[in-house]
Amino acid sequence: MNIYVLLKRTFDTEEKITLSNGKINEDGAEFIINPYDEYAVEEAIQVRDAHGGEVTVVTVGNEEAEKQLRTALAMGADKAVLINIEDDVENGDQYTTAKVLSEYLKDKDADLIIGGNVAIDGGSGQVGPRVAELLDIPYITTITKLTIEGQNVSVIRDVEGDSETIETQLPLLVTAQQGLNEPRYPSLPGIMKAKKKPLDEIELDDLDLEEDDVEAKTKTIEIFLPPKKEAGKVLQGDLADQVKELTGLLRSEAKVI
Amino acid sequence: MARKVLVLGEVRDGSLRNVSFEAIAAAKTISEGGEVVGVVAGKEVSGLAEALIRYGADRAVTVEHDDLGQYTSDGFSQALLAVIESESPEGIVMGHTALGKDLAPRIAGKLNSGLISDVTSLEEAGGNLVFTRPIYSGKAFEKKIITEGLVFITIRPNNIESLQQDSGRTGETSSLSVEIKNLRTIIKDVVRKASEGVDLSEAKVIIAGGRGVKSEEGFAPLKELAEVLGGAVGASRGACDADYCDYSLQIGQTGKVVTPDLYIACGISGAIQHLAGMSNSKVIVAINKDPEANIFKVADYGIVGDLFEVLPLLTEEFKKLKVSAN
Repeated sequence: MNIYVLLKRTFDTEEKITLSNGKINEDGAEFIINPYDEYAVEEAIQVRDAHGGEVTVVTVGNEEAEKQLRTALAMGADKAVLINIEDDVENGDQYTTAKVLSEYLKDKDADLIIGGNVAIDGGSGQVGPRVAELLDIPYITTITKLTIEGQNVSVIRDVEGDSETIETQLPLLVTAQQGLNEPRYPSLPGIMKAKKKPLDEIELDDLDLEEDDVEAKTKTIEIFLPPKKEAGKVLQGDLADQVKELTGLLRSEAKVI
Repeated sequence: MARKVLVLGEVRDGSLRNVSFEAIAAAKTISEGGEVVGVVAGKEVSGLAEALIRYGADRAVTVEHDDLGQYTSDGFSQALLAVIESESPEGIVMGHTALGKDLAPRIAGKLNSGLISDVTSLEEAGGNLVFTRPIYSGKAFEKKIITEGLVFITIRPNNIESLQQDSGRTGETSSLSVEIKNLRTIIKDVVRKASEGVDLSEAKVIIAGGRGVKSEEGFAPLKELAEVLGGAVGASRGACDADYCDYSLQIGQTGKVVTPDLYIACGISGAIQHLAGMSNSKVIVAINKDPEANIFKVADYGIVGDLFEVLPLLTEEFKKLKVSAN
């Protein structure tokens, strides 16, 4: 089975966000594989181990993403591809990323493409469904279980807490929801092996794409931090009195009930 | 620039979701004096068209088909693309719900258009429509504009105020017949875990539990309070990891990001990942035994105490208030 994973490098979830010159300050920040994409890598490895084949991890970004690709290789992926658009694209958006990925994937005969359902930085969740549409293959988002038998696929999808059981066929694109699996940590031998696994770097040229073909349709004009919240009022006294005071405050001061 | 803007009305349990009315308000702003057209797709939905008009749509189009009884990406994209084809809109607004998240990017992919997801506010500024949306799970915000083509957005529930319902408002309703074919994904079964109570993303009140809840049974007093306040129950990752509740309840950087009017955090320490999912709630109440807990730093009101003592008292107090209010 020919499996592809769509992966994004993101800020560590522990990082505090600060701005410098109107941009998110990345100095000294820790970067990780987007947590939802980690589920995707794990699932891809499990599917390959059960059905045979090969797992290729693909990212669109710059050379800094090599580290996260190596981590995915150390987890057990077979190959990695970095589509480096840094020199060609100044402002990309989800249209850009999906266009680049679909151009890369269109002649790869992928049986299964797995991504995270959303990246925790941009948080738009667009790239998976966009890529599926551009490749004209079915997709199922926010899955928590994947079962493959031959060409037949059964999936459980999380829909705002409800679970749908969906049947479909390969080729297919799915996006991972939390609960799909428990991503493994790279083992020491895994890390050693990863150093020798292929990590190819390509650019827009290699995909016969011009900068204009992938030009963003949207633009960020400002980034700002939410107003800092003042520490609130910790109530005092007898518990019963505190509760009475709280309901009073919620009604008269906060006016939320 | 006056625009024609489509709003996809989302149906849940036979009625339209609130977010669809909020979407109409957003569409009004985007239309800049143009036309707002409500769209409802489903098996039997013609009765819902009027509601879209009462909330501000100028007209409404219904698409009915046996294959639209349940949402599938293939079915609904064919239905919506048929409406887009016949209406040629300059804007589209949907809710940033499970349905909108699944469908909107596909439609944008098909139309080669931009899409701004998860918008929490919008304004006309300096000749541009400017859309604000959270990034880094609400640790920051960005303002975005559409630089080319369709003005296509999904809006986060509970953030953009819907217009006042006008029961006297009328408008043309029409139906569009579509051919639905080649459904590549088939829904075999739906287990409604979230059916008890209110949907987290749209809830005005959320009672959330953390490790301090201690067990599955420990959620009982939270559920009771949620019931009295007409709210939903949520949880921190800690509570989910400890198997006290289902991951569908998880609020945080992974999990759901919520912005209710009132968020009551019970036995939640307030890890940065959890704060990312709820810190933009309008009013936050923290109940925790540990006075040093991080959650008190973002709470508007705090009670230092055992949630199992505080919650029953709070439930009783709200019950009394309700009785006196009636």
